[in-house]
Amino acid sequence: MSDWLLIAGMAVLTFVPRYIPFGLAGKVTIPPLISQALSYVPIAVLTVIIVQTTLIRDGEVVLTVQNHHLIAAIVAFFVSLMTKHQFLAIGLGLVSFLMMKWLSFG
Amino acid sequence: MSLSTQAFLIGARDTTPLIIAAAPFGLVYGALAINQGLSEALVMAMSIFVFAGASQFVTIALLASATAFPVILATVFIVNLRHMLYAASLMPQLAKVSAWLRVPMAFWLTDETFAIVSNRVSQAKDDKHFTAYYLGSAIFMYSSWLFFSWLGMTLGQKIPDIKSWGLDVAMVIAFVTIVVPLLKNYADWACALTAGVSAILTYHWPHQTGLLFSSFIAIAVGVALGYKNNTVITAIKTKEKTKNV
Repeated sequence: MSDWLLIAGMAVLTFVPRYIPFGLAGKVTIPPLISQALSYVPIAVLTVIIVQTTLIRDGEVVLTVQNHHLIAAIVAFFVSLMTKHQFLAIGLGLVSFLMMKWLSFG
Repeated sequence: MSLSTQAFLIGARDTTPLIIAAAPFGLVYGALAINQGLSEALVMAMSIFVFAGASQFVTIALLASATAFPVILATVFIVNLRHMLYAASLMPQLAKVSAWLRVPMAFWLTDETFAIVSNRVSQAKDDKHFTAYYLGSAIFMYSSWLFFSWLGMTLGQKIPDIKSWGLDVAMVIAFVTIVVPLLKNYADWACALTAGVSAILTYHWPHQTGLLFSSFIAIAVGVALGYKNNTVITAIKTKEKTKNV
């Protein structure tokens, strides 16, 4: 039951930020400071999630080659930075992850 | 075929590459969610009623670490704030769209549809078929997301140890490839660096409150440095204008 409440809450909290500017279109303009703060949201939130899910494995900071998630993220980071090619970065990131997994089994 | 039907189909066609990129994430979402112990109805309900890849992933990740529901909801809200910026930047085009049509259009606003639609807007500012084009992109994106969530859920049940394959790495990699192109100036980099360092310092905080704290600090750093940056650029532009006059 409470899981359904969670989804209902998520649905509302996802819809509201999407709708507010659409609803207000033609009526108001957003203050520059707010729109500037909003522009940093993807960088800030996604970076925290990336760092917390790659560097921290099972509740500990793991900075070794045993951390395959970290290696894959680093590969994707540099490929993306140098080539600006999303497909290539995702592909090579996944390949490096699978290689690391395969090597650690061998 | 009417012109608006044509715009609808072109919108769907233009979104195809982004749908191919999003497909693995739909699959991974479905597989992870069902193996997280959610019922089939809940897994699909999230895709049907929430329809936000990043939020759905974050929720599954937070459920796995037994995060309190209010913190999950607060995180979902923060993750979704970027949509507000997307929506805000489309406001001039929306001004002419009927009020009731804005509701489904807002519900279907995603990174993918925004990327495609804003590209079209930048090419033709006064587009009579904006709504049809938008709906073509959005409805195709929505139906694909539902299909791949369902497929991932089905495969995830057939392959119970799919969780141990580390499929969540696809999400992290996708996030990396979303963030990197956004890092354009030193304020952006400072924002990312602050977020990263703070994420490590606060990861042990209860109920992932470190995520919210780190995001706010990083945004503040970005705004503080970016503001200075923008004022300098505006000053230079004003100077150039006066010169030309």
